[in-house]
Amino acid sequence: MISPTPLLSVDGVSLQYKTKQSLVTATYRVSFDVYPSDRFILLGPSGCGKSTLLKAIGGYLNPVEGAIRLKGQEVKKPGPDRVMVFQEFDQLLPWKTVKQNVMFALESSGKLRGKAAEEKALHYIDKVNLSRFANSYPHQLSGGMKQRVAIARGMAMEPDVLLMDEPFAALDALTRRKMQDEVLRLWEETKFTVLFVTHSIPEAVKIGNRILLLSPHPGQVKAELNSDGVDMPGPDGQKLSDKIHNMLFIDEVEDQEVIHG
Amino acid sequence: MANELVNRPEFIREELDQAFGVVEKPLTLSEKVFNIGAVRKALLLILLATIWEIYARSLNNPLLFPTFGATVQAFIEGIVSGGLLTKATYSVKVLLMGYFAGLSLAATLTIFAITTRAGADFLETLTSMFNPLPAIALLPLALIWFGLGNGSIVFVLIHSVLWAVALNTHSGFMSVSTTLRMVGKNYGLGGLRYVSKILIPAAFPSILTGLKVGWAFAWRTLIAAELVFGVSSGSGGLGWFIYENKNNLEIPSVFAGLFSVILIGLFVENLIFRNIESATVRKWGMQQ
Repeated sequence: MISPTPLLSVDGVSLQYKTKQSLVTATYRVSFDVYPSDRFILLGPSGCGKSTLLKAIGGYLNPVEGAIRLKGQEVKKPGPDRVMVFQEFDQLLPWKTVKQNVMFALESSGKLRGKAAEEKALHYIDKVNLSRFANSYPHQLSGGMKQRVAIARGMAMEPDVLLMDEPFAALDALTRRKMQDEVLRLWEETKFTVLFVTHSIPEAVKIGNRILLLSPHPGQVKAELNSDGVDMPGPDGQKLSDKIHNMLFIDEVEDQEVIHG
Repeated sequence: MANELVNRPEFIREELDQAFGVVEKPLTLSEKVFNIGAVRKALLLILLATIWEIYARSLNNPLLFPTFGATVQAFIEGIVSGGLLTKATYSVKVLLMGYFAGLSLAATLTIFAITTRAGADFLETLTSMFNPLPAIALLPLALIWFGLGNGSIVFVLIHSVLWAVALNTHSGFMSVSTTLRMVGKNYGLGGLRYVSKILIPAAFPSILTGLKVGWAFAWRTLIAAELVFGVSSGSGGLGWFIYENKNNLEIPSVFAGLFSVILIGLFVENLIFRNIESATVRKWGMQQ
């Protein structure tokens, strides 16, 4: 059952950012709603503004048009109710151990202190199977382990929505698949709401229950699709991943026609 | 033809060789001993001392170049008679005063520089103006402003420490990755908490370099200032000790004075800074 009020609503959001040479419009009037416990995917080719959109939801960037609301409150600046998990491995503080990294998040945000923070940190570190490494420093971990710590840190905060910005893009294919399974397993346990940015169609189909497809330059909503994670051929005889692939592929052809025409 | 692939049979080895011996073999004692940096450096120092001794003996002119033995003897005599030790303590005391005054000023300036754009412009302009200016060139002016006393020396020390430390710290702050900054903001850090919990530890390798460079600059400036200063003032530190003994043609004592400058430098570099490094940036994997 889906509750009738959205947890997060993105309403006609246009985003712009300045580079040294020009003002770039990243997204144009994008709207979508995320409901509690959604595994909501933002999918699109590079240049569709999906990462910029996630940053705006994180509060790092304010829309020039439209509004982002979390539980009815407009998002204005970064806050611990929306925790980001980044693609980069350097999101962990290198001067803190795994446990201290998770505790740092809880304590800095004023959520928990001392013993309570430590217990919660260890609980979530155990959830991502890193208990043995609780006292290791990030530089002693592999890339996949670092991302698991980042996920544990995000989940320990128990935010309204977890924002994941291509968290597995820098991992090798094997580790990547393991991490996807792990995210799904964690979701089964706690049913957290997650907004997941990716440019990989198989990843989107596997992880998401709802997929928002964005077209590039500037990012606009192309489609919003449901996924059951198995990617079997639907009533129209088409697999979901093929359907998505065709939509993105047609975009490319149109682009080239514009360039050549 | 070259573009035709060579056809080879496939193969799978069912059993692998066991005759490779041990995979992990402990190092021999001599290898372990030689892996200790202090041992290698000590050997190097002994070698240098031997070369010094041989050269000085062959030169046989203690007025120009005393032997290593004579220098050590003068050094021990200086310590026993008390003169050298008090003078070294005096120097270090003045040095620490100037060093820490310089550090706190540098901290204030850089915090100002990362929080406001005007502060950044201010720091950049001042650093490019004053960093190339040798501290000792300010000494005549300092003597007029602060008179003959520690005030003048502390003033030039601050000048020599401030810009080196501020420059390194600021560039360290600037190179903190966007991701770490965003992480800090995500968990609600702002203002001074953001500086102390994210920026300072993340920029610590650069800050440490700044502290080291600042320390070396301060030492040089101090000894040079004392050499100039000593001419007109009775009390003084190591620089004055060197100057005085030169006037008395006590060349081994001049060498002993230089020797203690080197010893204090080695002590600070190898014990204090090295230990800070291994407890911080090395442990964190931010430096090899």
